[in-house]
Amino acid sequence: MELYMSLSIGVLFAVGVYLILTRSLLRIILGTSLLTHGVHLLLLTMSRLKTGAAPLLGEKAAAYVDPLPQALILTSIVISFGVTSFFFVLAYKAYQKLGTDDMEQLRGQDDEQ
Amino acid sequence: MLLHVAIILPLFVAAMIAVLHKLRQPFHTGWLVLPVPVVLFVYFLLQLPAIQSGETFQSTIPWMPSLGVQFTVLLDGLALLFALLISGIGSLVVLYSIFYLDKTKEALLPFYAYLLLFMGAMLGVVLSDNLIVLYGFWELTSISSFLLIAFWHKREKSKYGAFKSLLITVLGGLAMLAGFILLYLMSGTLSVREIIAGADALLEHSLFVPTLLLILLGAFTKSAQFPFHIWLPDAMEAPTPVSAYLHSATMVKAGIYLVARLSPVFAGNALWFWLVSAVGIATLLYGSYRAMKQTDLKALLAFSTISQLGLIMSLLGMGSAAAFYSGAHGGLLYTKATLAAIFHLINHAIFKGALFMVVGIVDHETGTRNIRKLGGLLSVMPITFSIALIGTFSMAGLPPFNGFLSKEMFYTALLSIMSLDFMNMQSIGVLFPVVAWIASVFTFAYSMILLLRTFSGRPQFEKLEKSPHEAPTGMLLSPVILASLAVVFGLFPNLLSYSLIEPAMAAIHPGLLLSGEKFDVSIRIWHGWTPELFMTIGVVAVGSFVYAAHRRLRPLNQPLFNGTSLNRAYDSGLKLLHDGSRRLTNRYMTGSIRHYLIYVFIFFILSLGWTLYRTDSVSMDFSRFSPVSVYEMVINLVLIIAVLAIPFAKSRMIAIILTGAAGYMITLFFVIFRAPDLALTQMIVETVSVALFLLCFFHLPKLKREATKRSFRVTNVVIAGSVGIIMTLISLKVSDSKLFESISDYYLKYSYEMAGGKNVVNVILVDFRGFDTMLEIVVLGIASFGIYALIRLSMGAQAERAGDAAVPDTRLQPFQQVKSNNVILQMISRFVIFIILTLALYLFFAGHHNPGGGFIGALLTAASLILLTMAYGIQTMREVIPLDFKKLTAFGLLVAILTGIGSFVFEVPFLSHSYGYFNLPLLGETELATAVLFDLGVFMTVVGITMTIILEIGRDK
Repeated sequence: MELYMSLSIGVLFAVGVYLILTRSLLRIILGTSLLTHGVHLLLLTMSRLKTGAAPLLGEKAAAYVDPLPQALILTSIVISFGVTSFFFVLAYKAYQKLGTDDMEQLRGQDDEQ
Repeated sequence: MLLHVAIILPLFVAAMIAVLHKLRQPFHTGWLVLPVPVVLFVYFLLQLPAIQSGETFQSTIPWMPSLGVQFTVLLDGLALLFALLISGIGSLVVLYSIFYLDKTKEALLPFYAYLLLFMGAMLGVVLSDNLIVLYGFWELTSISSFLLIAFWHKREKSKYGAFKSLLITVLGGLAMLAGFILLYLMSGTLSVREIIAGADALLEHSLFVPTLLLILLGAFTKSAQFPFHIWLPDAMEAPTPVSAYLHSATMVKAGIYLVARLSPVFAGNALWFWLVSAVGIATLLYGSYRAMKQTDLKALLAFSTISQLGLIMSLLGMGSAAAFYSGAHGGLLYTKATLAAIFHLINHAIFKGALFMVVGIVDHETGTRNIRKLGGLLSVMPITFSIALIGTFSMAGLPPFNGFLSKEMFYTALLSIMSLDFMNMQSIGVLFPVVAWIASVFTFAYSMILLLRTFSGRPQFEKLEKSPHEAPTGMLLSPVILASLAVVFGLFPNLLSYSLIEPAMAAIHPGLLLSGEKFDVSIRIWHGWTPELFMTIGVVAVGSFVYAAHRRLRPLNQPLFNGTSLNRAYDSGLKLLHDGSRRLTNRYMTGSIRHYLIYVFIFFILSLGWTLYRTDSVSMDFSRFSPVSVYEMVINLVLIIAVLAIPFAKSRMIAIILTGAAGYMITLFFVIFRAPDLALTQMIVETVSVALFLLCFFHLPKLKREATKRSFRVTNVVIAGSVGIIMTLISLKVSDSKLFESISDYYLKYSYEMAGGKNVVNVILVDFRGFDTMLEIVVLGIASFGIYALIRLSMGAQAERAGDAAVPDTRLQPFQQVKSNNVILQMISRFVIFIILTLALYLFFAGHHNPGGGFIGALLTAASLILLTMAYGIQTMREVIPLDFKKLTAFGLLVAILTGIGSFVFEVPFLSHSYGYFNLPLLGETELATAVLFDLGVFMTVVGITMTIILEIGRDK
């Protein structure tokens, strides 16, 4: 299973990186959310998969899966929601003000002081 | 301990000076500062008897003991000599400045703060025994010098001079630091005292020569030795008291101090001898020659200072020759040079201080320092003239002033160095006295220029801005004291020699004498018709001729090379560096985020790829991997296909749907891998995100086909592909190996025992790692307020531009658009909302034991509220729930923080939770935990944040 997960992670990262290297703001934002997904799966896979029951002690299982990455990922999901929305607003505000969503045209001036 | 206080006192007063000044406003700030150096001077004077009898004081405050850095102060003869100079001249300079600087016109507070900063730092330099501490204080003197030179910071020249001095002295300081570190590597200690004790072992070390060169670079830049002297003339832009204090009496002597202090380590090495004495002699000659040509009095004094510093430096170099003779008494002849060095150091501080003050007075009273405009001041300024006379005669080496004595001793040292019977001294040794004698002729000439062209000759007061008159008594006080000292030490040199000079010599030449012995330091004015005396007579004769001829002979009053070539080299070098670094920076700092990201990713790929390769991590062990089912394969496949399709999506809608599909596949993974909380959260977030995306679409342009070059796409694909491969390998490798026990077992074990919760993930969030969660919701809050500000601020700007005439066009607002025209949605949502809300509340309360919790409950609540808004519009939503969601965010944060603070009442750390079981009416046995209260704070914050974000974007035009 880890092998297939790792492939998925690789694809998520590759496409995420590809998208944030493009010129369109929308693609860049989508790229960041794919990267986030990749990180989440990576965290989960790192702690090894299918080692036991869900980390609910009520299950009275012999073994549980690692709860720590889950706690990390949970906060990360919520944070990335906040960050993505901020990105979006920043992006469309920039588009409204500057009239373009092309990163090549949004670069700084040559001699910005 | 008192020694530490002595260093810290000026620094402390510097910090307090603004407060002190408020209390005593009618006084000139200088009066408040004056007690500091006076007290210090008296304190150090009281240490004299003990130091004279051969004692030293040492005290240590641990600073960074693990690195061997201790704040150790050491008071021996050499340190005491400098401490007395710093505090003594410091007192006189502060006194002088009170009359020199107008309290109504000048910014006195920063002036005295910087001056005290310098005083403390300089005391730190001479008293520190630890090299790192010494270095720190050393740079502090450079910085305070920079601040003082730029005191009149509106003048272009002040800024130029300040920057130049800082660049050169700090550059030298850094070299010196490198030298110190090498010294530490060789000797294993940072204590000067211990290094000196083990100095013999260092001589043969391979790092010895680099160390020597680096440390000398620091000393030469600081003491303005040729060719690093170029900063000192430009430093004359500082107010004259500063020039007198820093740039002639004390700071520029830090390099001399360093050479003297480390002399026991390096003396005995031929390179040290040659460099110190030859650079010193060269500086002496060059400085005196250049001084003669100056027309600005301060510039003349600056070059004179350079020259005199060279003289002292060369004497220290010659004194180091004593170390060539092992065994007692062999080298005693050469210690005369050290004696002369120390004596001249004191004398120079005295006469040059007086002369600077005289020039300051002349400048103050006539408005110019140009000798072409001056002349005949003798008649109106008799006292100033007398001081100048004593100062210049002493500088020129004429009897009966102190300068005469040290000059004679200088000649003695020069003549005796010729007798050194190795290093080809017999053949080239004769150069020493010859060059020095020529320099002395120039010295005599410029001294006379300074004195006679200012005070004698035809008065030309009509060229002056002011009508000159004698300076006020207060201003004359300091130079008069200095001039009297020049006379007193000239007539009774042995006042100094036994008390101060002998202990200082003992510090420079340890081990040369047997215990109980003392150096012969008796100084006599008259010692017969010696060669030295004839040299002086020759200097007077030839010097008078040079003075008489200097106006007519071009080589004596014009620059030898057109323009000051060293300065030009400095300027163009600086420009070259500046332009070069800008060009280099512009090459890669393109302003394109894509380029920066490419740098980051390439570094990432190379460093991680290399590490993986080096640690042989490409080979994997698949045996420990968990089994895989067809069902999971399908999810994997769907995820990969969806993700790969995103870059090819033609419309933004398809791109969003594909991203959403990837998100839901991740949710499924969370289900498969037993992470119910994650699955719930991810699902709700995906749903809320769709609402967010749709709202933002309204504002964003359609996806265009990217018209990009082939190379652009290829680069992206290569980088993206490599990142993907690296991440796959890392993921495989990490799953393959387990290096240490996870902390997770602890959480699993104690979740119920200690925190009373069965949902371990939730317990980690609200209890074990509650602090992280608290900061996380703070970050979220900041993001939501950032969005609010982005939208509201630009809305305000637009409204301003549009004016009142513009009627708000509500048609375009996405939420208003759907107002009451979707009956089915409204009917259904009316029921669904309550179901969702109930579920949300259930999930919130169940969170401690079952999947759920503050985050999930809050997101679900927000989802239901968004549905309400979509069905009925913003207006209805406002009426139904009259809540300001921004305030809800703040309130939630407050609840979370107060829960944490509540722990303090029970004297336990921040965010300690407690729980218990209570028998409540109706509900029966109920568990109540403070963690739930904290989770409530999280709940309210997240609802507030999500709603703020969605509503603000929805409201935006």
